[in-house]
Amino acid sequence: MRTGDLIEALAADAKTRRTPPAAVMLPALAAGAVVAGAALLATIGIRADVAAALATTRFPYKFVVVLGLAIPSIVLLLRLARPAAPARGPALALLAFPALAAAGIVAELFAVPSQAWAPRLIGNNAAICMTVIPLLAVAPLTALLLGLRQGAPTRPALTGAVAGLAAGAVAAFLYGWHCSDDSPLFVATWYPLAICLPTAVGAAAGSRLLRW
Amino acid sequence: MTAALDGDAAAYRALLQDIAPAVRATVRRVFGTGYGAEIEDVVQETLLAIHLKRHTWRMGEPLGPWIGAIARHKVIDAMRRRGRRLEVALDGLVEEPEAETSERDEDRRDAQRLIAGLNPRQQDIVRSISLDGRTVRETAQRLEMTEVAVRVTLHRALKALAALYRKGRE
Repeated sequence: MRTGDLIEALAADAKTRRTPPAAVMLPALAAGAVVAGAALLATIGIRADVAAALATTRFPYKFVVVLGLAIPSIVLLLRLARPAAPARGPALALLAFPALAAAGIVAELFAVPSQAWAPRLIGNNAAICMTVIPLLAVAPLTALLLGLRQGAPTRPALTGAVAGLAAGAVAAFLYGWHCSDDSPLFVATWYPLAICLPTAVGAAAGSRLLRW
Repeated sequence: MTAALDGDAAAYRALLQDIAPAVRATVRRVFGTGYGAEIEDVVQETLLAIHLKRHTWRMGEPLGPWIGAIARHKVIDAMRRRGRRLEVALDGLVEEPEAETSERDEDRRDAQRLIAGLNPRQQDIVRSISLDGRTVRETAQRLEMTEVAVRVTLHRALKALAALYRKGRE
């Protein structure tokens, strides 16, 4: 087949048109998050003292830190799904996550005496956190990877990793409602560790599933 | 491109004909010279990708960088495949096939083999529209199908063709 012949076939197919990646991936992510949220409620549930916790500083700040990862990673992912879309801005914005976490840590170190540092860092839920966040990330990550197949990521492994990061951040946001360890020392230690797993899975899956 | 995205086939054909030389230049630049048939394969693969992924271009954005990114992606993919094939050949101590046939023959033979990977109905429709230059309506009449069915089959055939390119030709 000559290239000119191929062009004839492509022109004849001009009417088919698909939805832009963002319009596929955001609803997919929302659906994945709903599934994960329902799974959380159906199993370990959210903590009993949410109302009281919301009046504290540490509990809401936990979500600020997690959103500092979730928002830039989702924006970055939407950019990576389109060839030549500028990705530098949202990639730099990911630094909001370590910055917010570090600010929390510094405040916590000033707020509590040094003998409380280690117990707060270790907390009571480290094992649950490390288990539940990756599990809750399964549905959002699956949804994002399926949505990304409609896109055109030119860096499949990196895109998969960012999908894992975003899914992990969404999972962490949901898990935060269950966890009673609100200290920034705990959040800055265990949440990122837990999010590493979906990120690695995303990278491995991305390099296989996101070729086009 | 805007008109093409609205389904204007003539505008779209003109656009693709404009794009093809630019894609060829990009592919040649990255690939280096001396791979005539392979370059044309990658050009076709890139055009297919541009077609199947055109919803990832956002109206109002410059078209050049978007096309360039897709072309580079496809060239790198092709080079990776080529590297793998050479490794396999060396490992098995298989001799490279003799390069007697001209590039154009090679090109046509490869493409024929790719089309042969489609199912019979898809082959019929792709041949009818691309090689014989029939319209969708003429093709539909000849095959006693509805135009919609021809369009759907054509679209699936193009997706299948892209997958066949991706899998490599060996």
